[in-house]
Amino acid sequence: MSLAEPASLAVATSAAPRLDVLRRFTTRFKASLPAYLLLLPSLVFLALFTYGAMGRVLVDALYQRATPKAPVRFVGLDNISAVLADPAFTGAVVNNLVYAAGTTIPSIALALLFALALSRTNAVSSALRAALFLPVLIPMVAASALFMFIFLPNVGLLDFYIGRLLPVLPNWLGDPDVALYAIMVITIWKNAGYYMLFFLAGLQAVPEDVMEAAHLDGAGPYMRLRHIILPELKPTFLFVIVIATLNAVTQVDHVFVMTQGGPSNSTNLVLFYIYQQAVEHYDVGKASAATLLTLAALMGLTALSFRTMANREGGP
Amino acid sequence: MKLFDRLFRDAPLATRGEITPKLGFLLTVLLAIVWLIPFLWMVVATLRPASDGINAMAELMPSLKPTLDNVRDAWEIGDFPRYTLNTTIICAGILLVQFVTITLAGFAFARLDFLGKTPIFYLFLMQLMLVPVLLIVPNLSLVAQLGLYDTLTGVMMPFFASAFGTFLMRQAFEAIPTELEDAALIDGASLLQRIRHIYVPLSMPSFSAFAIISVTSHWNDFLWPLMVINSPDKRPLTVGLSVFTKTAEGTQAWGTIAAGTLMVIAPLLVTFLIFQKRFISSFVTSGIK
Repeated sequence: MSLAEPASLAVATSAAPRLDVLRRFTTRFKASLPAYLLLLPSLVFLALFTYGAMGRVLVDALYQRATPKAPVRFVGLDNISAVLADPAFTGAVVNNLVYAAGTTIPSIALALLFALALSRTNAVSSALRAALFLPVLIPMVAASALFMFIFLPNVGLLDFYIGRLLPVLPNWLGDPDVALYAIMVITIWKNAGYYMLFFLAGLQAVPEDVMEAAHLDGAGPYMRLRHIILPELKPTFLFVIVIATLNAVTQVDHVFVMTQGGPSNSTNLVLFYIYQQAVEHYDVGKASAATLLTLAALMGLTALSFRTMANREGGP
Repeated sequence: MKLFDRLFRDAPLATRGEITPKLGFLLTVLLAIVWLIPFLWMVVATLRPASDGINAMAELMPSLKPTLDNVRDAWEIGDFPRYTLNTTIICAGILLVQFVTITLAGFAFARLDFLGKTPIFYLFLMQLMLVPVLLIVPNLSLVAQLGLYDTLTGVMMPFFASAFGTFLMRQAFEAIPTELEDAALIDGASLLQRIRHIYVPLSMPSFSAFAIISVTSHWNDFLWPLMVINSPDKRPLTVGLSVFTKTAEGTQAWGTIAAGTLMVIAPLLVTFLIFQKRFISSFVTSGIK
């Protein structure tokens, strides 16, 4: 509402309300033009690569080609049911669920430990924070290159040192029962330091005098953690869980570099499945259907983060 | 115990005698050492001469005869100068366009009142939720239709608008007192002049925070450039490194792989170690990236 607008306008012209509404709308629209011009560059790119892309996924999921060269034809929900019936896809979903649980929980637990231990600012703890944060900065591809050697059978870092203690070791990336857990280790190593930052920020909100009072009342470290720190960190937990879960779906470059989804599909995750359908099998219909299903599955989660973010951003 | 006393010096007096926090601290120290081992191996293996043989490759004790042969080999086998140039072009291009788009949009949200502000705000917010990585398939066909397949512009384009940056700038601009703008208004400054000469200079910390997040995330991007780029001479560092690793893995040249990896991550690590505080605070705000 601009100040130039007389407050009595609505009463004075009540005889022709529709005309008045229209006129007010056009005045406001005209007054809004500069804002629209400023937003235009952003909106063009958002329209092309975010909303347009969403619409395209919806449409592409409904069409199929008989052969890569044949014209597209409308197939309705056939792509979706084909994807759901594809054991490679359901396998990827199961793998991704295991992967999400197996990376989110340990990395958040470690992040909390790190943050609790390093919450005081001094030279030692900031050096340790930096050490734990280093993996966050490097590309997943570089982490994969390092871990490829760490997991190398016989001569690799892990076998070289642990092999002295345990005589029989699995082929970390070559054994279908072990490979998924091996790539989880990389994700935990890479992300724990990132989540630590949010817990460090959250811990700032825990009042020191309350902690001291609790101690004087006889509360030990565990009691203080359980009854003061954890309740105070609840928003942080929610937020970090959302990010960690999104990362479990989207941040899977190491699968591309290290395992290609193998051995025997044991590390095939949803995003890799989508990539395979689109790039290796040229099946855009199926890739779009899988994208659509994944987006839908993340909807509930993102709605949660949406609320958290809207709160953080303080609304429009 | 002297060390512990010093580390816990500023802890509340009552809790200083407790043992659990100290055990937690010790565990964290151990884990931090474990966390550094891959980096340590990378450096040691880079400097290890090939004559040490494959069985000594995992040894974390540095070789007594350090050599730069591995660095030279990696430099010659992989086209790292070209990859670095491509990645730099991609990151700089994205960042420059983003600066323009987020400044303008951030200003509109911070200072202007317009019709449909709330719905448009939520349109922006939605970009944060839609996880661009998942939209690779439709975006690839769009980039192809625009004739940008296998071009660096095609790699950059989907990131030109940034909801995260817009919100960051909106927050920064809202903190600037309106009196400054009013003074400029009286002097007859136009809208763009006011943004350029009042809002932008006063928001440099937010711009640098955004730059850190934007550059690190695009420096590390892999899947999207992998799909868009086809010609070897247009590969960014990440894609180049993955191809290089594949080649060198076949010959078991782990020292060369370590050297290549070191070259790829060194620029970011060095920048981080110099601007540690900046990086950390930027990453805290990046949760909503």
